Amino acid sequence: MHSKSRFLQISIAAETLLHIMFWIITFACIVPLWAVISISLSDDNKIRQSGYRLWPVGLSTKSYEFVLSQGKAIWNAYGITIFVTIVGTLLCVLIVSLYAYVLYRKDFKYRKLFTFIGFFTMLINAGLVPWYIVCVNVLHLKNTIFALILPYVMNMWYVLIFRTYLSMSLPDSIIESAKIDGAGEFTTFFRIVIPLVKPGLATIALFAAITYWNDWWLPFMLIENEKLYNLQYMMYRVQQKIQYLAEIAGKLGASGIVPADLPTESARMAMAVLGMGPIVLAYPFFQRYFVKGLTIGAIKG
Amino acid sequence: MANGQRTYRSEFLREFNKNFPLFLMALPGVVLLIAFCYLPLFGLIIAFKDVHYDVGILKSPWVGLKNFEFLFKTPDAFIITRNTLLYNFAFIVFGNLAAIATAIALSEMRARFMAKFYQSVMFLPYFLSWVVVAYMAFAFLSIDLGILNTMILPKLGLQPIAWYFETKPWPVILILANLWKYTGYNAVIYLAAITGIDPEYYEAALIDGASKWQQIKHITVPLLSPLVVVLVLLGIGRIFYADFGLFYQLPMNSGALFDVTNVIDTYVYRTLMGMNDIGMASAASFYQSIMGFILVLTSNLIVRRLDPEKALF
Repeated sequence: MHSKSRFLQISIAAETLLHIMFWIITFACIVPLWAVISISLSDDNKIRQSGYRLWPVGLSTKSYEFVLSQGKAIWNAYGITIFVTIVGTLLCVLIVSLYAYVLYRKDFKYRKLFTFIGFFTMLINAGLVPWYIVCVNVLHLKNTIFALILPYVMNMWYVLIFRTYLSMSLPDSIIESAKIDGAGEFTTFFRIVIPLVKPGLATIALFAAITYWNDWWLPFMLIENEKLYNLQYMMYRVQQKIQYLAEIAGKLGASGIVPADLPTESARMAMAVLGMGPIVLAYPFFQRYFVKGLTIGAIKG
Repeated sequence: MANGQRTYRSEFLREFNKNFPLFLMALPGVVLLIAFCYLPLFGLIIAFKDVHYDVGILKSPWVGLKNFEFLFKTPDAFIITRNTLLYNFAFIVFGNLAAIATAIALSEMRARFMAKFYQSVMFLPYFLSWVVVAYMAFAFLSIDLGILNTMILPKLGLQPIAWYFETKPWPVILILANLWKYTGYNAVIYLAAITGIDPEYYEAALIDGASKWQQIKHITVPLLSPLVVVLVLLGIGRIFYADFGLFYQLPMNSGALFDVTNVIDTYVYRTLMGMNDIGMASAASFYQSIMGFILVLTSNLIVRRLDPEKALF
C-alpha cells in the first residue's frame, strides 16, 4: 500500500478493535460468495428439504455436470461474453487512447473543440427512451452482436483518465523530437507513444474488460435472439424463471413442468459461480492496476 | 461579419489540412459520441409528441405538455422522484461516511499486510455484476429456501419473512447492498488522498503533543474535507440518476415492492418496455434529463469555485 512515517501510532487496544471490525466486514464481503458456491455444490433434493445452507449439503457436483453437459446455450453465452469482451476491449482501448492523445496535444489548435465535444456528453444525458429509439430505429442495432459492443466503446471517463495519464508521463519534448525526425502523426503515436504508456493502456483495458464481462444491460435492452445472449443475461433469465434452465437444456415437458431429476436449485447457483468465476480468480492479479487507474482518475475527477 | 466568417473558415481548412491525421484520430470517437450521445439528444422532442409508429416519429403530431400532464397526474411521479432522491441522498451520506472511516482506519493500521488484505477484500464486490449480487441476495432472502428464513430466523425464534413481498425491510437492504458494493471502491479514492498528506503536519502535531485522535480530527479530516465536498457535490449532480441494476435486479422486479424500489430509471424502463407507453416513458425520461442537467451544471459550478482541478469543465 504505502509506507508512512506517522510518529504516533494507534494503541494496541484500538488496533485490536479495528481488526475485529474489519474481520466482520471481511466476512460480510466473502459470505455471500461462499453461500453461492456452497449451494452450487449441494445435492438438490437435500436442499429442498433443509433450505439453503452456508456449507455444501450432501456434497455433489451434479449441478455443474448438468450445466456443462446440457447447457449448450450456456456455452454459447460464454462464447458471446468472451468474444464481446475481447473485441470491445480492443476497440475501446484504441479509440479512447487516440481521442485522449488528440486532447493531450497542446500544440493542436482544435484541441478545445474536441474537448468540448466530449465533455458536453458528460454534462447532459438524453435518457433511456431517446437512446433506445436511436439504437433501434437509426442505428439498427437490435439483435446484432454490435449492440453488445458499440455503446460502451467510447467512454469520456476513460478518455479523461488516459489524458491525465499522458500529461503525467509523456513529456512534450518526445513529440517534438519525433516531429523533427520527420515521423508522421500515426507513426509517432503507434511507434513512440504507445510503447511508453503501456501501463496506462492496461488500466483502460482492464476497466473496459470488466465492463463488458459484467454487462447484462445491453442484451436486456437490445437483444431478443437467444443466440446472442451473453452469460450475465442468461443468468438473469434463469433467475427470473427457473424453468428457463430446463428450456435451454431442451428438457421442459409439454406442460411446462420441470422434470424432478433436474438439479434446478443448485444449477442456478452453479451458473452464478461460472459467471463470476473468472473475475474472482483474476482479481488478485488485476486489483493493483485498478487501484492505480482509480488514483489517476481521482486526481482529476 | 461575413468577412470574419470567411477568414475563420479558411483558417479552419488550413488547420484541417495541416493536422489532418489528428482530426482522423479523433474521428472514431466523435462518430461514436454522435451516435450514442448527440443523436439521442434530438430524440428528446418525442416527450412533446404523441408517437405513432406507423407514421414515424418525425410525422407524429405534437401534443405540447400532454405527456407531462399525464405523468404528473399519476401517483407514480411522486413515488419515483421521492425514492430516487431519498435513496441517492442516503447513498451519498452513508457511502461517504463509510468510505472515509474505512480509509482512515486502514491508513492508521500498523499491520500493513492486514490493511492491504482488508482493502482487497472490500474492493472485490465492486467487480461483481448486479445479476450475480441478486443471486447472492436470493440465497439469503428466498422465501422457502433462503438462509435467513430456514436457518437464521428460526434460531432467533422469529417467524420467516416473505422478503420479496414485504416492503418494510427494503430500504435497509438496498442501502446495505449499496454500501457492500461500493465502500471498498470509494475508500480507495480517499486512501489515495490520505497517502498524499505531507507527514510534516503530523510531526508538527506530535511536537505540540497532540494525541492520535486529535491528529485525525485536526489534520486528516480537515485535509480530506475538500475532496469530500467535491465527491458529495458530484453525487448531488447525479442524484436524479439511480443505479438501475440495484433497484431492478436485487428486488427481482417484484411488483409487490414497487412502492419502495421503483425509481425513475426502473419506471422509465417498465413504462417503455413493459407497457409500451412511449409518451409517458419519454416524459419521465425528459424530466430526469433536464433535472440531471441542471444539477450537474450547478454542482460543477460550485466545484469549480472550490477546486478548479476537480471540476469537470
